[in-house]
Amino acid sequence: MAALDGHGFDLREEAGAHVRAADGAGGLKSLDLAVEGARCAACIQKIEGALHKMDGVKQARLNLSTGRLAVSFQGADQRAGDFIDTLDRLGYPARPYAAGAVKESQSREEKRLLRALGVAGFAMMNVMLLSISVWAGEGEMDLATKTLLHWISGLIALPAVAYAGAPFFESGWKSLRARQVNMDVPISLAVLLACVLSVYETAMGHGEAYFDAAVMLLFFLLIGRWLDVRLRARAGQAARDLAALQARIAHRIGADGAVTAVPASDIAPGDRLLVQPGERFAVDGVVVEGEGPVDAALVTGETAPVEMTPGADAYSGMVNLSRPLTLQASAASADSLLAEIARLVEAGEQSRSKYVRYADLAARAYVPAVFAMSALTWAGWLVVGGSMHDAIMNAIAVLIITCPCAMALVAPAVQVVACGRLFKSGVLVKSGDALERLADADYALFDKTGTLTEGKPVLVNAEAISRGDLELAATLARASRHPLSRAVAAAAGPGPVAADVSEEPGGGLAAQIDEAEVRFGSAAFAGAQASGDAALDAWLSVDGRAVRFVFADRLRAHAAETIAALAGAGLPAEMLSGDRKAPVAKTAAALGLDRFSAGLKPQDKIARIDALKAEGKKPLMVGDGLNDAPALSAAHVSISMGSAADISRSAADLVIQGDHLEALPRARAVAKASKARMMENFALANLYNAVAVPLAVFGLVDPLVAAIAMSSSSIVVMLNALRLARA
Amino acid sequence: MTAILWLIPAALALGALGLAAFIWTTRSGQYDDLEGAAERILMEDDDKPIVDEDEERR
Repeated sequence: MAALDGHGFDLREEAGAHVRAADGAGGLKSLDLAVEGARCAACIQKIEGALHKMDGVKQARLNLSTGRLAVSFQGADQRAGDFIDTLDRLGYPARPYAAGAVKESQSREEKRLLRALGVAGFAMMNVMLLSISVWAGEGEMDLATKTLLHWISGLIALPAVAYAGAPFFESGWKSLRARQVNMDVPISLAVLLACVLSVYETAMGHGEAYFDAAVMLLFFLLIGRWLDVRLRARAGQAARDLAALQARIAHRIGADGAVTAVPASDIAPGDRLLVQPGERFAVDGVVVEGEGPVDAALVTGETAPVEMTPGADAYSGMVNLSRPLTLQASAASADSLLAEIARLVEAGEQSRSKYVRYADLAARAYVPAVFAMSALTWAGWLVVGGSMHDAIMNAIAVLIITCPCAMALVAPAVQVVACGRLFKSGVLVKSGDALERLADADYALFDKTGTLTEGKPVLVNAEAISRGDLELAATLARASRHPLSRAVAAAAGPGPVAADVSEEPGGGLAAQIDEAEVRFGSAAFAGAQASGDAALDAWLSVDGRAVRFVFADRLRAHAAETIAALAGAGLPAEMLSGDRKAPVAKTAAALGLDRFSAGLKPQDKIARIDALKAEGKKPLMVGDGLNDAPALSAAHVSISMGSAADISRSAADLVIQGDHLEALPRARAVAKASKARMMENFALANLYNAVAVPLAVFGLVDPLVAAIAMSSSSIVVMLNALRLARA
Repeated sequence: MTAILWLIPAALALGALGLAAFIWTTRSGQYDDLEGAAERILMEDDDKPIVDEDEERR
């Protein structure tokens, strides 16, 4: 399908529409481009060098991590098209990229956490410097010096805790107000209690302070938090890049009849749009003028083109094939297909939000246990005749030492490493818990068109057609964008195009070649006997002869291996398709699948998923079309193709870039491995608690023990997570 | 004993200097393209830092 959208001409216009005036004087304009294929220093040099040589280019800077090229230049907006042409010639396809507001806020949060991490690191090092001198001078240092050092520690630690701890305090407070407990509640409590206790002890002159423990805790926790945010920002960025790679321009017909190119986001309901052949419908609407076939594979899952006539509903994602169509953009009216799909997606997402991450599950069990343990310690000390001071001290020590530092690092550390690994092999993970759910899945559901197959027909009976006939058909077919014509042109290879080819919507192509009428199209159009079987076909008629061309949707590379590999990994597969029975059965047979259903509506796919869920299964859904979106959001976990409809990509948990199906078993393997690593990490964190908690309960924990125990457990957990990167 | 009265402030000042430098590097976007930075050192020509000329003049 990729071949149908993206024509140089549209792209140039589109680029022009995305140019914006840069701040500052000098008439500078700026443009962001998403560049594909840049990997190394030589690429940077080639790209930046070539653009710098162009007239009026002030600055060109490629960000290799995100694949974005920022260009600032002087001159007309149309210059943007020249940049894209230049990059294309160098072998780096580029598309204009509209920077979104979402990215801004995400990178702000990332930078705030990074600053907090810096502050906590600074405070940790300096407080530790003082603490070590206190520990080293134990028995020799007089109380006055010790108290002075503690006050200085407090002076460093308290502002640092106020600044660096804010993300945890905010999140903990938010969850308390919602009458829930998350990990941030015990974290905040431990940090705050450690500070209060230390200030009290120092003021009383007893000489035990936990300032070092408090800041160290924050430092380690912030590493986990920052990694988590960074991971999500990166996945989001890549998802937006994918969106930028889809044609995002429309041609609006003004009141005076003038046609202007505008970004799709600027279109309002009621606007009249001109959709050229080959162009993708940017928005939903109703056809008001013109008739002709459109490729609706992404929308309905059907490979055969759909005929559009005035009054017909058109959906974004369809590709216009042969005739210009005028479309009136519509707000999603309540009974339209898209509104229905959006409603189903939303319902699915609600059911999914009931999923509880392992980390939260652990927090739910952990928090009451810790509080109970602390209360028992307090009561226990009073019962055995300890003073109130000792009882409170030890109860607080339990809270501090059990603070789930390692526990809070368990999930983010593993997920960051796992997602980073998948990202390198072209799989985008959109949320951390998606991996947990993928590891749990025990049944696989596949869409057919565009997922297991390429979603476009190819000629299958080439050996039954003479080379001359194929060439003849191709000279006509090269003039058309119809999927069947494209398939013939692809089968014949490059060659000449007949002059004056006329195209009849719903019929076919006709031209005069060597004073003979040549027709290529449907049986009726070409004047042939329809064959009667269900196969997708077209006829070539010349000199009263009719030749049949049969087409079928081809399986994607590695489709059968992928299904076999998943079955081996405990995921038996089933196919759910919206296409007709015959092609579905044929595809299933080719893949060796005996469970399949055809002609399904989006609701039917959901019904199948619900039935599986009722059996206690956890289905994985893999799909790409608009019609798959509700199923993707209803499934336990879902994966979409990079070339999928926008709504499907946003409904899915994982996106396979480049449509490489073979990445699927790999993603599953990584998910399994990361789950195992996560469980090991939980075990390690519990082991640490099993050792540390009794010490705290019996009052044996001093600040030195607390510092060593906390840092070592966190480091062990992180090192264990890093093993995933190599496996 | 009096030594720590100036040694501790000195240590803190040095640490604060490091912290200020770190915050400056995050603000100026030096961690935005880690892969690019790693590759760019392999390039032969002088790779000058990004300087906004308008900003400079002000």
